[in-house]
This record gives sequence, structure tokens and C-alpha cells, in this order.
Amino acid sequence: MMMFLASNSAFSDACIRPVAYVFSAPAKIRVQEGLGVVEDAASDDWTRALLRVRDGRDREAFARLFRHFAPRIKAFLRRGGMGDAQAEDCVQDVMATLWHKAHLYDPTRATVATWVFTIARNRRIDMLRRVRPEPEDLPWGPEPEPDQADALALRQEAERLGVAIAQLPDAQRSLIERAFFGDVSHSEIAAETGLPLGTIKSRIRLALERLRQRLS
Amino acid sequence: MTITHHLTDQILLAHAGGALSEAFGLVVAAHLSMCDDCRARLGAFEAVGGAILETCGTVPVDDGGLAATFARIDAADRRTAPAPRRARGPLPGPIADYIGGGLDDVRWKPAGMGVRQAVLCTAEGATARLLHIPAGVAVPDHGHRGLEMTLVLRGAFRDEGMRFGPGDVEIADAATEHTPVAEHGADCICLAATDAPLRFNAFLPRIAQSFLRI
Ligand SMILES: [Zn+2]
Repeated sequence: MMMFLASNSAFSDACIRPVAYVFSAPAKIRVQEGLGVVEDAASDDWTRALLRVRDGRDREAFARLFRHFAPRIKAFLRRGGMGDAQAEDCVQDVMATLWHKAHLYDPTRATVATWVFTIARNRRIDMLRRVRPEPEDLPWGPEPEPDQADALALRQEAERLGVAIAQLPDAQRSLIERAFFGDVSHSEIAAETGLPLGTIKSRIRLALERLRQRLS
Repeated sequence: MTITHHLTDQILLAHAGGALSEAFGLVVAAHLSMCDDCRARLGAFEAVGGAILETCGTVPVDDGGLAATFARIDAADRRTAPAPRRARGPLPGPIADYIGGGLDDVRWKPAGMGVRQAVLCTAEGATARLLHIPAGVAVPDHGHRGLEMTLVLRGAFRDEGMRFGPGDVEIADAATEHTPVAEHGADCICLAATDAPLRFNAFLPRIAQSFLRI
């Protein structure tokens, strides 16, 4: 199933794409290919490290997060066409935001990798001097002691999703990647994405419901 | 609130990737504020982004990167954190942010046929505006050329045989010939985003209201 249409006249010009990073030089990127799927053990480790940053301002835990995520954020930004100096600056900004907003992280609704991705995406949008309106914050923050079983189940779903993405045909996977590198407009995305998102969506939905119930 | 018309996968994936312009992003953010289901669907698309971040490879960062980041952290620790953004009255928070208050603070301008409008943002070639449509009246001929997203905030309209009530979002493209008509009984207030500067033609009123009054 093709996920993207090469062009869709009905949606043409519907959106201005991010065009220019100041020092864009894609030819110079040296990206080391990743090994594929993340193991749950590692993912669990990042969650614990982030909670240590949140609860204890733990610099050693932060350093481990930095060593893992900083080179990935940089690869992510470079793949989207950002120049080296700007990407370096952006990486530091994203990691600093991780520290400052650690109290907002909810492991029942997102893995650390997903949360880092959203911070990097938002920072990239800022740097392009674009505005991204955000929904209301939930009237209840993440719980101080999130449900371990829920957090584990979400990580496992994220792992399965990673496997499914890795198994997509090359052309489709590369188009999905480009959508997240900020390299396509919404008009290039077809109505059917072909991504198996039902289960992880249900997990997140459940987490939202439980939070609402505990509030009332 | 029972929402029946939600955001599409296409829109949610674009928003997860950061491709939507501000005006469409505002409609999405307002709907997400009212709809946990779409909030969870967006979370699923963002999980795809997380998986891609993990597998897109690595590029070495500067040797002093970690120390520089700690320096940023220490410098910023002295500043105060922003307060959480919450609802301020009946309007979804993101819209209230643009108005700077509630519906009473909207500075409406006439758009013909008793319809009033207030433009909220026009960045990146797309426009978001509030529309106040009197009960029973059709949205004036506005000839959008591309994507159009309309979120109902109060009242309801009918279009293409479907009803759109509070929280519902209608997504149309240039190929869609459609004429939203506000339901009888109550005025309809909605947030509409279009991809091109949209000009109402007050002198070409739709006649739909005359034959839709069944
Ligand atoms: Zn929805």
C-alpha cells in the first residue's frame, strides 16, 4: 500500500514547507546507521534515568541520557536539512529542555525517545520562526509514581511499533521518515498511512482515561 | 460533548511531523483540547517519531556538548518556569490565547449575510478566523482554493447531509463543493482555517438557506 501520493492536486499549496535552514549542507552529513529496534531493557533504563533527573537532579543520569540521545537528535536534525552548527545548538537546547521539563514526562503516555522527539521537533519549528499552537495542558500532571505496569505496556507497544516500521517496504519507510524529519508537506501524505497504530493508541487513550478518573 | 467528526490520519501525521502551518495547527490544537481520542491518536503518531529518532543513526556531537548543556541548564535554572496553559472559560485554551480572552472579547467584523468574522492568524499563507453564522444562514461564498478545516465551537451546522456540532471538525479540499448552513435555533460559532487568503463575496450570497428550510 502506498502511503504517500507524489502529488495531490486537491491539496496543492495547502501548506508552506520548511524551506531554508541557514547553514544547510546535506552533502556533508555523516550519519551512522542505527542498529534498528531498541531493546526494552534500554528503554526502561532511559525512563529510570529521566525519573532520576526529575526527582534528584541527577547529573550522572542526565549524562547517560545525553550520550545516548544527543547524537541521535543531531542525526535527526541533520537528516531534516539543518546545518551542523545549528543542529549542535539545537541539540543542547533540546537536552536542556529535557532537564527543565522532566517533571512533565509521563511514562504511561510516551517513551523517553518519543518525548525527546517531540521536544526536538518543537525546537526545530521554533528555529524556523514558525509557530506551533499547543493544546491545553491536561488539568492533571503526570502522577508522581506512574503505574509501572502501564509504563511497561506502553514501552512494549512502542517496541512492537519499531519492529513494524523496520519491516515496512523501503520506499514507504523512507517516506514516513521524511515526514518526521520535517521534509514533506501534509499534502504529500495520503489518507491511509498503513501504520499499525491501533494498539499503542489504545494504550495512550487508557492512560488518559485513568488520569481523568483519578482526578474525579 | 459527543464528537463524531474527528481529525484525519493525514492531518495528525502532518501535525506529528511538524508540517502544518500555524492556522491549521490552531484548529488541531483546539480540537485536541476537546478530544482525548485524537490526543491519543496523535500520541501514537508521535511514537512513530520516537521510533525513527532511535533508528535514524547518530552524528557525533561536539566534545564540549555535555558541559555546554549543563551551562545552559544552570543559567536557565534561575529563570522561572512558565505556568501551564489551561482552559480559561468556554473556549478551548489555544483559541483563547489568540483572542486574549473569551467570546465577549472577539472583535467581530461583518462578512455579509449577517455573518461576522474575526481573523486570528495569517502566518505562512494560511488563515485562521472565527466565524459567527446566524441560525439558518449559509456560510457566504468564500471560494477556498485548497485545504479548509472548520471546528464547531458553539451551535451546529449541516453540510453534505451531515451534522457538525461542538467539537466536530470538517475537513474539505478544493474539490469539495460544499455549503455549510448553520442549524436553525441557535447561531453557530466556529474556527475555520484555509490555506489561501480568503475573500468573502458579500454580493453573491448563497441561496441555500431558502431551500434548506424544510
Ligand atoms: Zn477527535
